[in-house]
Amino acid sequence: MSVAGSPSNPVIRVEHVTRTLEGEVPVTLVEDVSLQIERGEFVCVMGPSGSGKSSLLYLLGLLDVPTQGRIWIDGENTGDFDDDRLTDFRLARLGYVFQFHFLLPEFSALDNVALPIRKLGRLSGAAVEARAADLLDRFGLQGHHHKRPSQLSGGQRQRVAIARALANDPLVILADEPTGNLDSAASTHVRDMLRNLTRELNKSVVAVTHDVDFASAADRRIGIVDGRIDMAWRPDRPS
Amino acid sequence: MAITLDIALAHLTSRKRQTLVSLSGVVLGVAFFLAVSGLMRGSETDFLKRLVDSSPHITVHDDVRQGRAQPAALRFPDGAVRVANVRPLRETRGIRGWPQRLAFIESLPGVRAAPVLADAAVLTFAGRQQGVTLSGVVPDKMKHVTTIEEKMLEGSLDALAADPNGVVIGRGLADKFSLRLGSTLVVLAADGSSRSLRVVGIFRTGNAAYDEGQAFVLLKRAQSLLGRENRVNRLIIQLADPYAAQNVAQTIEATTGYKAVSWIEASEDLLSLLLVRNIIMYSVVAAILVVASFGIYNTISTIVMEKTRDIAIMKSMGFHPRDLRRIFLLEGLIVGLLGSVLGELLGLGLMQLLGQVEIRPPGVTEIVRLPMFWGAQQYALAAAFAMLSCVAASYLPARRAGRVRPVDILRGAA
Repeated sequence: MSVAGSPSNPVIRVEHVTRTLEGEVPVTLVEDVSLQIERGEFVCVMGPSGSGKSSLLYLLGLLDVPTQGRIWIDGENTGDFDDDRLTDFRLARLGYVFQFHFLLPEFSALDNVALPIRKLGRLSGAAVEARAADLLDRFGLQGHHHKRPSQLSGGQRQRVAIARALANDPLVILADEPTGNLDSAASTHVRDMLRNLTRELNKSVVAVTHDVDFASAADRRIGIVDGRIDMAWRPDRPS
Repeated sequence: MAITLDIALAHLTSRKRQTLVSLSGVVLGVAFFLAVSGLMRGSETDFLKRLVDSSPHITVHDDVRQGRAQPAALRFPDGAVRVANVRPLRETRGIRGWPQRLAFIESLPGVRAAPVLADAAVLTFAGRQQGVTLSGVVPDKMKHVTTIEEKMLEGSLDALAADPNGVVIGRGLADKFSLRLGSTLVVLAADGSSRSLRVVGIFRTGNAAYDEGQAFVLLKRAQSLLGRENRVNRLIIQLADPYAAQNVAQTIEATTGYKAVSWIEASEDLLSLLLVRNIIMYSVVAAILVVASFGIYNTISTIVMEKTRDIAIMKSMGFHPRDLRRIFLLEGLIVGLLGSVLGELLGLGLMQLLGQVEIRPPGVTEIVRLPMFWGAQQYALAAAFAMLSCVAASYLPARRAGRVRPVDILRGAA
């Protein structure tokens, strides 16, 4: 068993989670992982390629279901959720940022950010637009509200994606290589923004990254090797 | 709903060319559906109207479907005695007691009737002869059960009442014999008796055979000429509702005992032909829309394939599979709806154009326009079928979109 984090009032608690892909030759992506993420904590998951970092992130983000073990988020055992509940939970409590921005190309920056707010349905009409505009402005995108993703730079797109992830005021932001496609200046900007989310808004951020510079801003770094937590792993260690 | 509609519209408008191709398929399908069904149903309605207008709705013949039973057989139904070579009483052919039977028929609601004595005769004029059907009629009743009065070019049917030796003939016969109003001709009956008659009316129905081979005289004149005093051999009946003819005919036949044939029974073979024609027509026009629906399937399927990553992201954000299905079904519905509206407008234009085409059918002397049916139900049918095809075409891609597992796509994209 591998454990990372200390027991207190965690926003995410992972208990002995294993994820195996069935097939002629079963493949274990994540094996017996236990960890805790605290509220307002910035955690980076690092490890060599194919080590299971992204698979762990998908499990934490309820995009995948563990073969064994349990994941508690905000005190709720997500193993008890049906598909509908999982979907609603993702919409209201979790936010995602991916390596590629994955914005809907037909919609403006404002509409992309407004999409999850409209889907949740707690705000209506002008309030949705005001919230989306406020988020974009917070990330320095004044004057870009009505531009489509194709009219924005890589860094701007990723900032729109972060604004979208925050649209429904989630507990946790899950980021998969958020700077993997950006130049160093844009990477630093995105890193600082995520860092600030934890300090200013008390959000928890779990980011998978290869970027040592990015990881240096984290409160805690978790190493993953062959699907298992390896706290001794260092980026300069040969994989 | 609004959010899924927005996404559906965004998908369609971002692929203008593909959407236009799909839309064109539906528009043309609906337009052809309308034009063809309008034409076919128009010709059917026109045919039925001609059939109903040009012939009596019911004709009571001086005939029976089953011969009358002999009195002895009725008296002794189980009797073993057989009387052979009984010579039936000879009587003048015709409907017995026709005035009473006519009164009964006229007492039925929505029914008008007229007595007719019709038989073959020969008209001669200036050495030329023409075989005709000579019909003895009561003008006052006859003009209420046929459209002949409307077809009069000169004179009138009423002139027969004023002139017992009058005859009304068709334009074809008048032209053939160079007759005009006031001309005198001779009519020869089958038994050789003859009489001079004066032309008091000329009609034209447009049916060449009828206009050359039909002549009307007063009923009394026909009875004396044909040697069948006080007899008629037909009662022709017109109904307020032509489609009630079958039931009314059964009532009349059951009461009078004489064979009553409705226009529906008389035209049974033609009506079944129309049914087959309609089945073929609807199969062909439906096939056009089915082909168009393949275009929609192709477009929406392509969108689903191209948008797999967006679908995965939307699902990871919190869109349910049913939301994704709804997006793509809405895309089909939008194309169907828009295609139906534009197709119906184009169809209307096509119908207007076809309605201007002039033709001269064989056996008809007048030029007629292609008959067109403008009834509302075919518009509803075309739109409903188009919408159904479009939604059915988008169902499979929509289902596929609903089944996308975000993690599979994200793993592949990473």
